[in-house]
Amino acid sequence: MSQDIRIKKGLDVKLVGEADKTTATIPLGSVYAVKPDDFHKITPKLLVKVGEEVQAGEALFYNKANEALLFPSPVSGEVIEIVRGAKRKVLEIKILADKKQQFKDFGKKDASALSGEEVKAHLLAAGCWPFIKQRPYDVVANPEGQPKAIFISAYASAPLAADLDYTLQGKEAELQAAVTALTKLTEGKIHVSVSKNGNSPLAGLNGVSLHKVSGPHPSGNVSTQIGKIDPINKGEVVWVVTPQDLVIIGELLLTGKFNAKRTVALTGSKFSNPSYVEVLIGATIADIVTTNLDETNERIISGNVLSGTQVNKNGFLGFYDNQITAIPEGDDYEFFGWNKPVFNKISNSRALTFSWLTPNKKFDLNTNTNGEHRAFVLTGAYEQVFPLDIYPMQILKACLYKDLDEMEALGMYEVAPEDFALTEFICVSKQPHQQIIREGLDLMLEEIG
Amino acid sequence: MGLKQNLHNLKEKYKGTKMAPAFNAIHTFLYLPNETTHNGTHIKAADDLKRTMNIVIMSLVPCLLFGMFNAGYQHHLALGDIQSVSSGFFSGEFWSIDNFMVGFWKIIPLVIVSYGVGLLVEFIFAVIKGHEVEEGYLVTGMLVPLIVPIDTPLWMLSVAVVFGVVIGKEVFGGTGMNILNPALTIRAFLFFAYPTWMSGDKVWVKGAVERDQLIAAGENLDAISGETVLGSLAKTQPYNYDVSEMFFGFIPGSIGETSTLLILLGGLFLIFTKIGSWRIMLSAVIGALVMGFLFNSVVDADIITSGSKFYGLMSLEFWKHLLVGGFAFGVVYMATDPVTASQTNKGKWIYGFLIGFISIAIRVFNPAYPEGVMLAILLMNVFAPTIDHYVVQGNVKRRQKRLKAKTA
Repeated sequence: MSQDIRIKKGLDVKLVGEADKTTATIPLGSVYAVKPDDFHKITPKLLVKVGEEVQAGEALFYNKANEALLFPSPVSGEVIEIVRGAKRKVLEIKILADKKQQFKDFGKKDASALSGEEVKAHLLAAGCWPFIKQRPYDVVANPEGQPKAIFISAYASAPLAADLDYTLQGKEAELQAAVTALTKLTEGKIHVSVSKNGNSPLAGLNGVSLHKVSGPHPSGNVSTQIGKIDPINKGEVVWVVTPQDLVIIGELLLTGKFNAKRTVALTGSKFSNPSYVEVLIGATIADIVTTNLDETNERIISGNVLSGTQVNKNGFLGFYDNQITAIPEGDDYEFFGWNKPVFNKISNSRALTFSWLTPNKKFDLNTNTNGEHRAFVLTGAYEQVFPLDIYPMQILKACLYKDLDEMEALGMYEVAPEDFALTEFICVSKQPHQQIIREGLDLMLEEIG
Repeated sequence: MGLKQNLHNLKEKYKGTKMAPAFNAIHTFLYLPNETTHNGTHIKAADDLKRTMNIVIMSLVPCLLFGMFNAGYQHHLALGDIQSVSSGFFSGEFWSIDNFMVGFWKIIPLVIVSYGVGLLVEFIFAVIKGHEVEEGYLVTGMLVPLIVPIDTPLWMLSVAVVFGVVIGKEVFGGTGMNILNPALTIRAFLFFAYPTWMSGDKVWVKGAVERDQLIAAGENLDAISGETVLGSLAKTQPYNYDVSEMFFGFIPGSIGETSTLLILLGGLFLIFTKIGSWRIMLSAVIGALVMGFLFNSVVDADIITSGSKFYGLMSLEFWKHLLVGGFAFGVVYMATDPVTASQTNKGKWIYGFLIGFISIAIRVFNPAYPEGVMLAILLMNVFAPTIDHYVVQGNVKRRQKRLKAKTA
């Protein structure tokens, strides 16, 4: 049974710097890093020491709460540094890559012949489990859990997002192998959503329930699709995997190797030549952007402009990211910027802002907040860009005053921080919605679990 | 870039001190700040609260200017200096410099006092509590002079503004936290504390009070009066204005409330810019029409006869209620205040409808002061969270039902 999803509420944030459909292969960089912070709420217990040699796919650390949950090294090489922050928290595990990569052999598997437990054990052992995330709470899936369904969104609607139809071309075999393995992990369905007008390599997969998605962002957000297809109720769990991670899982099954390679989009106005590159997870940003980047007062983001993480040139590509965005910093004053007519910024209103006149124009936005932080004042605007059947302002306020019952009643199990990226973008009061939701989810995770 | 750099240096200097909010308020008035995003979305839409409030102020300017002309026009008309308008909206009798100057010198002090006193209170609270000066008062400060009678003494206005800003807003935590609309709180304070200055037939025309005092002192002068349409109707007296005069606003009333035409244009502007809620405005108009129609029906059915003290207002054709008094102004500019209105879209329909409905009811049944929109909005301000609660419960129940259907 296939069910098409069409949403009307939302906003396509159109920016300059869309990636050209050419992919460059970048030579193997020198230093790679895994950042435990990419895995929310995971407390790392290190398995390696500085100076040790690791192979690609070999575990660097495990989760304190669950020893079976291993986190792999994307490359083979020598662990050269473990960066720690306050209270000796592990921030980065840096690995100097070997010139010739050594892969740890996990053995080829025929997914269709494996049982659910075998699939689980295999993914855990090979470090592929962190690719599976769960709702509620938007964290790495608990391997002991039983999801009612698994969702894969192969339609990226976020600003300047990598075109998955392009980056996953020719990966059908890996995708099919991974999906076959996933079917063993749930009694429910595997829901795959593709763009209605696209030509997705995932459209031809067997053993899935396919959905065609159309409408503005956040139609590609997996929460939007879950909400339309099979909303999460209290006590239920769904798992979520991104298609680019499916490829890595598929390759593991087909070849026995953990190959952290993925096609990453370099986007945004600060790239002289926005395009795709093939790199490994955890690569140094400087190695990826090389000479492509205009380095004058730029903001580099691992991920998209709405929910990515700020990194500097010496930082590293995030574990889940398939996009690097570079936009201008907006750290300058603007004379009478609050009352003069605005033509070069996006707005959801028409308050002397004229982006509604040019719906197809691509904007070059900077990181200025365009105003100061205020209490919630305006109402009714968030709903215009928020397609879930949830009252956004009410749930945000419930998170702020930490009322667990109300958060639960208003639908906290169904949301992830990224769902509040658009409301945060248009927020007149410049409130940090995603942070509020993240803290709310963390509180629920601690108190309810 | 001398000014920009100097202000930046001053900001750095004041950072963390008590006076920082006061300085920042002036600084951010001149310059959009240089703040950048950190976590969450790296880009932000163009709108901030200042821009939003500025749009509302812009939509009020025509009402303010019209109020100045009308103040002079009513004054000269009452003195018999000029004839009443004869040729539509752009009549020369109305749009004269003479009229404008009378109103200008009367109204500008009201605006200055309203902003001066109100912003002073805001600055003091911002400095004491260490938060930024919020923009809410920019609109309130403009609304207040528009909803008071022309002769309101400045000291009275100051007292009311202090009361309204402190009790109506700051004690709750400032803009965004208040329960009652601050501008209406100010007006309600004036209304209950100084009723003789806020109602009757002597307050709506400049100089009428003064003239009355002179007559009382024994001078041989003609009294000037200007009764509002509602005031006449409440006394079951005829009123002398035709529909176009009421629609254009050539009638006595609070300074900015008379011109339904300009208020309508302002309302459309607010709806177009997506700042004002069309749901509230539309449903309030519907609510008023329904109530007006009910009263007309009661009169038509001869339940209320011309002997009744309610007859005058009840028999007013239901659609004319929209043209007279402060209804239009209240609905467009006060009921739509996002902080004190219902916050859910469904709730806005209910909230607006009840404001319209109750406004007309109070109008008809309140003999002392034949206008109900202020009290109706304040009443519904108090009930707005309750309305929202039940609307949100609908969503919660739907979620629970889904869970039950699943587990059953």
